[in-house]
Amino acid sequence: MNWGFWLPLVILLTSLVPGIFIFLLREESHVLRTVVNLGSATANLLLVLALIWGVQEGRIYETRFVFLPGVDLVLNADALSVLFVTLSSVLWFLTTVYAVGYLEGSPNRSRFFGFFSLCVSATIGIALAGNLITFLLFYEMLTLSTYPLVVHRGTEAALRAGRTYLAYTLAGGAIFLIAVAWLRSLAGPLDFTETGLLAGRTDLSQGTLIVIFTLLIGGLGVKAAIVPLHGWLPKAMVAPAPVTALLHAVAVVKAGAFGIVRVVYDVFGIEYSAQLGVTLPLAIVAAVTIIYGSARALFQDDLKRRLAYSTVSQVSYIVLGVAIVGPIATIGGMVHLVHQGLMKITLFFCAGNLAETLGIHKISQMDGAARRMPWTMAAFTLGALGMIGVPPFAGFVSKWYIGTGAMAAGQDWVVLVLAASSLLNAAYFLPIVYAVWFKESKGAGPEERPRGRLETHWMMLLPPLVTALLVLGVGLLANAPFSPLEWTRLIAEREYGR
Amino acid sequence: MTILLDAPWAVWTVVLPLAAAILTFLAPRYAAHLSVATGLGVMLSAAGLAWQVVRQGPQRYSIGGWGAPLGIDLYADGLSVLMLLMTATVEVATSLYAAAYLSPAADGEGQAVGYRMQARVYFWPLWMFLWTALNALFLSADLFNLYVTLELLGLSAVALVALAGQSAALVAAMRYLLVSLLGSLSYLLGVALVYATYGSLDLVSLGQVISPSPMTWAAMALMTAGLVLKTALFPMHFWLPPAHANAPAPVSAILSALVVKASFYLLLRLWFEVFATAVTPLAAQFLGGLGAAAILWGSFQALLAPRLKLLVAYSTVAQLGYLFLVFPLAQTAATAFVSWSAAAYLMVSHACAKAAMFLVAGTVLHAAGHDRVGNLDGIWHRLPVSVFAFALAGVSIMGLPPSGGFVAKWMLLNAALTGGHWWWLAVIVVGGLLSAGYIFRVLSCAFAQRQEPAGHELAPVPRLMEASALFLSLVAIALGVIASQPLTLLRIGAPANLGVLAGTVP
Repeated sequence: MNWGFWLPLVILLTSLVPGIFIFLLREESHVLRTVVNLGSATANLLLVLALIWGVQEGRIYETRFVFLPGVDLVLNADALSVLFVTLSSVLWFLTTVYAVGYLEGSPNRSRFFGFFSLCVSATIGIALAGNLITFLLFYEMLTLSTYPLVVHRGTEAALRAGRTYLAYTLAGGAIFLIAVAWLRSLAGPLDFTETGLLAGRTDLSQGTLIVIFTLLIGGLGVKAAIVPLHGWLPKAMVAPAPVTALLHAVAVVKAGAFGIVRVVYDVFGIEYSAQLGVTLPLAIVAAVTIIYGSARALFQDDLKRRLAYSTVSQVSYIVLGVAIVGPIATIGGMVHLVHQGLMKITLFFCAGNLAETLGIHKISQMDGAARRMPWTMAAFTLGALGMIGVPPFAGFVSKWYIGTGAMAAGQDWVVLVLAASSLLNAAYFLPIVYAVWFKESKGAGPEERPRGRLETHWMMLLPPLVTALLVLGVGLLANAPFSPLEWTRLIAEREYGR
Repeated sequence: MTILLDAPWAVWTVVLPLAAAILTFLAPRYAAHLSVATGLGVMLSAAGLAWQVVRQGPQRYSIGGWGAPLGIDLYADGLSVLMLLMTATVEVATSLYAAAYLSPAADGEGQAVGYRMQARVYFWPLWMFLWTALNALFLSADLFNLYVTLELLGLSAVALVALAGQSAALVAAMRYLLVSLLGSLSYLLGVALVYATYGSLDLVSLGQVISPSPMTWAAMALMTAGLVLKTALFPMHFWLPPAHANAPAPVSAILSALVVKASFYLLLRLWFEVFATAVTPLAAQFLGGLGAAAILWGSFQALLAPRLKLLVAYSTVAQLGYLFLVFPLAQTAATAFVSWSAAAYLMVSHACAKAAMFLVAGTVLHAAGHDRVGNLDGIWHRLPVSVFAFALAGVSIMGLPPSGGFVAKWMLLNAALTGGHWWWLAVIVVGGLLSAGYIFRVLSCAFAQRQEPAGHELAPVPRLMEASALFLSLVAIALGVIASQPLTLLRIGAPANLGVLAGTVP
């Protein structure tokens, strides 16, 4: 078997095929479903490890099919896709473990896990997409497969959130579609190219390209929750905890951010984008989003809503890092793709544990929660400290690189944005950390459910602990080989053509 | 192999359903089995014909050995073969559905439409006549034979609608009959004018002699008007929603999927082959404008429709509008072939998706005893396969990837962009968003879980009914993955003036 051709496709199929199989399972076959879920997630993880090894060795992986005459479907593994596919597959595994514990005894699990796998397949497809059209296919597939997860509970609030979600994402998808078709009709096949496929093309009108760039970013910005296109994200909170965790850490929001990275670096090319003069406006939009999200987060009492606004803010760090023209900032932005995912998924797992075990949804109810759930709250604290950017956690590394990168590129104002945002982050996270550890508990939680010897189901406790350790690990060992930071250095070298 | 390659497959695709029509009338007890068996036979013949066309180019058969001016010729190129394959796929799946739907075992208490024995006796012969007419239409090579097949098609379709038996269905069938006759009459007048002017009815030879003249334009206008009425283009769509919404479920499915496509297919042939030299840009823009209006109006009506079957029927009005965008988009030489293939591909993918949707609507009506969109909550629990089929078909109708609908829309978008037609581009995109609106309106109800369960129990649904709808929706999705083969097939014998070789499909 020719692995160079088949491996990307096989990686995609390890989540797609089990997803379809799970739909066919009867509701009662818990054991088989769990085996299929975890088995496929493990297989996926192993294949991704093989992929990392191969890419490190300099092998080329590319699956290419003719889709329409003149349009190919391409899945390939360049350094950037490996970064995102690794994140997806690690977090998919952990979230699956978490979801099995979380949904124990609730209805419609076959439907849930079926769409969950489809959602992950779409994300993996986005990560591996080798041209803009393949990216578009999986991007739309992600929109569709996420909808049933958002409305999973079927309540009036969930259906309303689902409608908002669709209104935003389908409209964004339509704009993205127009932009892709337009660019395709001007520039031919849109295969992603390091240093940019449009770089060096002098036959295209700059004005048109600026319009297309704006449309592309507008379409992707809906999923990346860039202000003012972020309205759906806080509403989508009604989804079950594993869904929101995955949504915020890797699937939907990240797909948008990843798409922006692709468009800026591999379609337009960073230097050509700077020439067109589109990077500074993008950086300003990102900066506004960072400040706005943090400011809104400060005033939310609902824990998940506060985390949602925090996501709005944090994802734009990636965009900001990307939009500053300079290799160091690029490293900072891309490494945040991974770091934000790890930190945010930890926080959402913990929020889910609080809601499921103690019935706590609001920050004002969290006083003294650490006494009943010390492990969960320890993980939460690590995640929160990372978000604020305290050394040596993951968030510090990203912010450091974005900040120094901005200075190196002569964009000193970015440092002010970072400082302001860090202050705001501290202002909305530290009181929570203080309350859970040091305040007196006000009696039992609203709907406390004893879970036996451990503070909660072990399948819900293990994933946040693992991700919290990773938050610490990627910060402490940032310079170790195969760390996300080292890998993004490789990407930055290639994107700047050095 | 050569025996297989030389067999008159085209003739079989017409003769087999015709024979089955007579046999099912004579032996009603075995009608369902006979029909399904015939369906497989026709499917194989269509596949055989496709193979011949791929290997040897367009095929022409003279029935009885008489030549072009006197005898009946059957002509098959890539487009006709694609239409035959589409018809066979939809017919086989809906026949299986109908077999379960009409079987005495399916007479649950909750069934809304009571089928009398009479309906069961007449259903299958009419069904097979309709199929004969469709296949003959797709293979006919002269204007008068096309008229005959069009008339046979219309009459069997009207009779099938009337089989539902309630007063609403009878009124709808009556209106459908009048519209159908009027459409055919107008077409026939056009044919007479053409014959009087050029002395020929053969499509190919007409295409070579026709020149722009007032007489040609009059003939073209009459034929187009008749066919547009039969295709239910806005504002001549008034007859379609009641007829399609009140017919028995399998009949609604083929009416929306195939019957309206037949008259559109004929329009494609006329405008791009016979009258190609006489087409004026203004006329093309006019048809496109009506198509755009159909997209918007049909989608709005679907958003408001109180009943599921009505919603699906209005969605057909909107989707038919997309087909008419081909006329203005094909006016630019660079985009002619792309738009033409897009229209053909949209016909196929819409046929599969829409048939699946109507079958699901029929299943819901059968199980719940009603199809009010607002009261479908929790239907997922009882009919997961059907809801899933509806959702997959919906993906194709919305034109989202991966699906046949996406491929067609992508090509239309490209044609609009390459030709700089911003107005059509906006229509295509807005129509897609509106269709998402009405499809998710249904899905959102299906996912809802109200506190108190619905007061009534659902009637049991034969598995075959759910499976055949799922099959069709999967075909609609698969068309988005294997698009390059059907698109290559379409090139065979495609009208030369489209610039087949010059332009590649993006």
